[in-house]
Amino acid sequence: MTKLLQTLFDGVAVGSLYALIALGYTMVYGILQFSNFAHSDIFMTGAWIAYVVSAAAGWAVIGGDTPPLYSGLVALLASMAFCGLLGFGIERLAYRPLRKAPRLNVLITAIGISLFLENIGQRKELFGTQPQKMPQLLPDTTLFTVADVNFRIVDLTVIAVALVLMGVLQWLVFRTRLGRAMRAVSYNIPVASLMGINVDRVISITFVIGSTLAAAAGFLYVMKYPGALKQPADSTWILLGLKCFVAAVIGGIGNVRGAMLGGVLIGLMEMFGAAYLSPHMRDIYVFSLLIIVLLVRPAGLLGKATVEKV
Amino acid sequence: MLSARASALRPGLAWVLPRAVGPLVAGVVVAFLLQLVVVPILGPFYEKLMMDIGINCLLAVSLNLVNGFTGQFSIGHAGFMAVGGYVAGAVTYYGSFVLWGSAAVHGGFLGGGDLLFLLGCVVGGLFAAGAGYLVGLPSLRLRGDYLAIVTLGFGEILRVLLQQTGDVIFVPAQIEQASAFTLATSLGGALGFSGIPFYTTVFWVYVMLGLLLVVAYRLKESSEGRAFLSIRENEIAAEAMGIDTTKYKVRAFVLAAFFAGIAGALFAHETGTTLNPRELGFQKSFDIVIMVVLGGMGSISGALLAAGLLTILPELLREFSDWRLVVYAVTLIVMMRVRPQGLFGIREIWELGRPRRGAQEKRP
Repeated sequence: MTKLLQTLFDGVAVGSLYALIALGYTMVYGILQFSNFAHSDIFMTGAWIAYVVSAAAGWAVIGGDTPPLYSGLVALLASMAFCGLLGFGIERLAYRPLRKAPRLNVLITAIGISLFLENIGQRKELFGTQPQKMPQLLPDTTLFTVADVNFRIVDLTVIAVALVLMGVLQWLVFRTRLGRAMRAVSYNIPVASLMGINVDRVISITFVIGSTLAAAAGFLYVMKYPGALKQPADSTWILLGLKCFVAAVIGGIGNVRGAMLGGVLIGLMEMFGAAYLSPHMRDIYVFSLLIIVLLVRPAGLLGKATVEKV
Repeated sequence: MLSARASALRPGLAWVLPRAVGPLVAGVVVAFLLQLVVVPILGPFYEKLMMDIGINCLLAVSLNLVNGFTGQFSIGHAGFMAVGGYVAGAVTYYGSFVLWGSAAVHGGFLGGGDLLFLLGCVVGGLFAAGAGYLVGLPSLRLRGDYLAIVTLGFGEILRVLLQQTGDVIFVPAQIEQASAFTLATSLGGALGFSGIPFYTTVFWVYVMLGLLLVVAYRLKESSEGRAFLSIRENEIAAEAMGIDTTKYKVRAFVLAAFFAGIAGALFAHETGTTLNPRELGFQKSFDIVIMVVLGGMGSISGALLAAGLLTILPELLREFSDWRLVVYAVTLIVMMRVRPQGLFGIREIWELGRPRRGAQEKRP
C-alpha cells in the first residue's frame, strides 16, 4: 500500500514536470503545426542558468552556508527570464523567416537550433563540458508523512509550482484577450490576421510563454535531481524532451489540457513501470504507450480528429 | 503501323543484357579497383575514411528512398542500422565460434569467413527489412510528424532493449552449450558488442553501395518508383490515380530498412568500431536526415555528395574541433534559409544545367 501511494506521489511529481515541458511543445504545435525539437535545449538552458545563477551568488559552495530561502525563487525567475528571451530570439531569427517554407525545413531548422544550443552551451565560456551538482536551494527535508509516504519539500514544490504555472496558463489561454487571439491564430492564421490580430506578435508571445515554462521545468528538474545536471550536449536532455513531446502527442497535440494530462500520464506510467516491472525499461513504457495511443486514437486522447479536405 | 513502330523501338537482347547487368558489373569492378589499386596507395587512414564514406552513402541514399522519394519523414533510420549490425554481428561472431572455434578473421578474399560475413549482411538486412515493415505499418494511419515520432520511438525502444542484453560470451565451451536464444540475447548490453571480426573492406562497402545505387536509380525511373514519387508530390492525387499509397509507403520503408541493415552490418564489421546502442541512437538518425536534406530530398547524387562531404568535413575541421559542431549547426540553419531545397533539390548532379522538370514538355 505504501509502495503504491509513494509511486503515485512520485509519478504525479515527475508528471507535472513533464506536463510543464509538454505545454511548450503543444502550444507551438497548435499554432505553427511543427514540433519544436529545440524545446528540450531550452529546458536544458533553463536548468543550467539556474545553476550558473546559484554559483554566481555563492550558493553552490560545497560546505558553505545554507542558501537563503529566497534563493530558489531568484534562480527560478532568472532562468525563466533568460529562456523567455532566448525563445523570443529563436523564433524571431530562425523560425519567422521560414513562416511560408515547407514544414520539413522548419523541422530541420529546429534540429539545427538544437545542435547549436547544445554545442554553444558546451563552450567553456558558457556551461562547459562537465556535469555539475546543483546546490540544494530548498531544504531537503520531509514536510510530512502520511501512511509512511514521505512528502518531501522538493516534490511538493515541484507540484505546487507546476500547478500554479498551469493555472496561470489556463487563465491566460481561456480567459484573456491574448488567449483568445492565440486560440484564433491556432485555428486559422489568415482569418485571424483579417480579424486584426497581430499574428507575428501572438506567435512570439507563444514562444516566450513556452520557453519560460520549459525554464521553470528545468529549474524544478535540477532541484528534484541535483545530480542530473549533465553537460549540455548529453543525450539525457533530448531524451527528456522527447518524452515530453510524447506526452503532448498522447494528450492530443495542440491541446493545452491534453498536454497536462499526457504529462501526468507519462510520469505515472514511468514510475509505476519502474516500481513494479523493471526500472531499466522506463523509456520503453513511454514509447510503447505512445505507439499504442497513436494507433488507437491517432489524434491523441483529447485531440479532435481532423478531416482532411482536398 | 503502331505495332510495327513499337517492335522497331524494342531493343534487341544484345542491348538489353548489358543494360540490365552492366551497372552492377561496373559497380563490382570499380569496388575491386578501389580495393586493389587505390587503397594500397592511400594507406589505412584513408581506407577507413573511404569505408566510412561508403557506409554513410548507403545510409543517406537508403533514407532518401523514404524521406526523399516517398516524402515520409522518418527519423529512426539508425534503428534499422542497429538491427542489421547486431544481427549480422551475432551471425559472424557466434557463427565463427561454431564453425571454426574462434572469432578471428577466417579465410582470405571470398574465403569461408567472407561468405559468412556476406550471409550475415543479408540476414541482417532481412531482419532490418522486417523491422521496416513493422515501422511502416503505422504509416497507414499516421502522417507527417506523428509518423516521425513513431519512427523515433521505435529507434529508442530498440536502443533500450539492446542495452538490456547480456554480456558477450567469448568462451567456446559456453557457446557450444548455450541455446540459440541465449546467444541472441548476449549482445554486450550497454557496453557494446565487442569482438566482432573485422570483415568489412572497401570492396564490400562499395559493392553494396553499387547495388543500392542501381536499385535507387532504376526505381526513380520506373513506374514502381514513380508511385513513390507521386505519394511525395500529392498523396491524395496519387490515391485518386489508383495508387495503393499504403502499400507503396510500406514498400519504401522495407527497402530502405534493408539497405540500412546492410550498412549497419558493414559498420559492425569495420575495424576499430564497437557496436554500441548509444552510438546508433537518434543522434545518428539525425545525422543521416541532415545528409539527405543537405543533398536535396530525392536526389541520389545529392545524397552521395552530402554524405561524402559530411564525413570528410569533421576530419578537415579536426583542428577546430571545439567549434566544429557549432559551425555544423549554423550551416544547417543558414542552409535552410538560403537554399531550402538542399544542394540539388530533387534533381541529379548531371541534370543541374537543364531547365526544371515540367518547365518544358518532352515530346514522345
